Amino acid sequence: MNVLIDKFDVFAGGFWLTLQICVLAAIGALILGAVVAVLRISPVPPLRAVGTAYVTVFRNMPLTVVMFFAAFALPALGSNADFLRIPGLEVVFTRLGTDLPYFRFALIALTLYTAAFVCEALRSGINAVPPGQAEAARSLGLTFGQNLRYVVLPQSWKASIVPLGSVIIAMIKNSALIGFFGVVGDLSQSADQLTSAEGYAFIPVAIGISIGYLIMTVPLGALLDRIERRQAVAAR
Amino acid sequence: MTDEALIVLENVNKWFGPLHVLQDVDLSVARGEVVVVIGPSGSGKSTLCRAINRLEPIDSGTITFDGRPLPAEGRALARLRSEVGMVFQSFNLFAHKTTLQNVMLGPVKVRREQTAVVRDRAMALLERVGIANQAEKYPAQLSGGQQQRVAIARALAMQPKALLFDEPTSALDPEMVGEVLDVMTSLAREGMTMVVVTHEMGFARHAADRVVFMADGQLVEQAAPEEFFANPRSDRAKDFLSKILTH
Repeated sequence: MNVLIDKFDVFAGGFWLTLQICVLAAIGALILGAVVAVLRISPVPPLRAVGTAYVTVFRNMPLTVVMFFAAFALPALGSNADFLRIPGLEVVFTRLGTDLPYFRFALIALTLYTAAFVCEALRSGINAVPPGQAEAARSLGLTFGQNLRYVVLPQSWKASIVPLGSVIIAMIKNSALIGFFGVVGDLSQSADQLTSAEGYAFIPVAIGISIGYLIMTVPLGALLDRIERRQAVAAR
Repeated sequence: MTDEALIVLENVNKWFGPLHVLQDVDLSVARGEVVVVIGPSGSGKSTLCRAINRLEPIDSGTITFDGRPLPAEGRALARLRSEVGMVFQSFNLFAHKTTLQNVMLGPVKVRREQTAVVRDRAMALLERVGIANQAEKYPAQLSGGQQQRVAIARALAMQPKALLFDEPTSALDPEMVGEVLDVMTSLAREGMTMVVVTHEMGFARHAADRVVFMADGQLVEQAAPEEFFANPRSDRAKDFLSKILTH
């Protein structure tokens, strides 16, 4: 078990990198997922079709395949995803700005994939709002956007937040894949490095990275439980 | 009739799948007129009422409101809906907003009126329907009758040209029906144009200018209330009245 102490800096570095990509992908997926959710419930049929197509593609494709597309198809198309080198943001999240684009590719894949699930979690919340609420808003003359903003969304987030949390927890665990697509130094790739290249025993290393993931997921899960309990009380 | 008609339905047809819920319906409602629509369950009364502000789109025929045909979904339709108040069977008050906020939302967001002006008008309306002292409560804290009166105030806050009532008392406990009907009766007296789908025959008798009887998606007969209740012409209406008036 000495590896946990001797190589603490490696674990800490892996934790930091995984945390970075998860924070960025969570923000990206929440924004993109919200946009797709609005498309899916839009009164305009072509927009609805676009939203539905997006969810169908990204919810049903394995994340590995999405990662492959991001890591191999984007360079083939001549893109290094440089649009993600956002000034200011790349100071905090240094990997965004490096010349090796794999962190950005992985971020794109994780965001696209997770956004489909975020969309469905948001939509399940929207569907939990009684249809009479939206109907009353329409009968007053509120437009689709006003209806969402003032009537439907304020009531839907309560029902969305628990499934949304599950989606984000799943995303954190899914991020373990990025090491296979060129990203060096995240939690799971560090484990690979320590065991295969440096010859440490697998089990202590696996325990180490598990602790890293649990530090991110367990508090998130506990927070969700709290929110859920408070809602159950409020619903009475 | 035509130049003073506010709501005109011509040859309106509507299907729910194979079910022909509105069959060649023609109806004209004059400004200031109170039309009560009665008939057995499933006769298409509610659908008719909801078609007037296009909460239910129709399959063929035309509906004109204030001289203009109903626009397709979009801003023009939203504007039209803001001129037609609607009161639902299940109240549909915004659950996350207080009574006062429920009444103020439309004028502030749709008409972009000043909050202070709207607040005064909203309080006056709540006063009028007798629940000004509940202005800061949430819908779940009110009784059904109170909620429905708030819903009427909410519709009135938009200063609509007409009000549609879709079975406004059907979800209420019997002792609360009266308080809602009182508000509706006083609106009718003041000359509000109203289309009321209801099972309250008492209201139809004393507040309606005209009673419309529907059965199986068809508008079977229409007459002044005294005439309709005393001498229904169609067998369908006779049958309906004999069932509800014998108890």
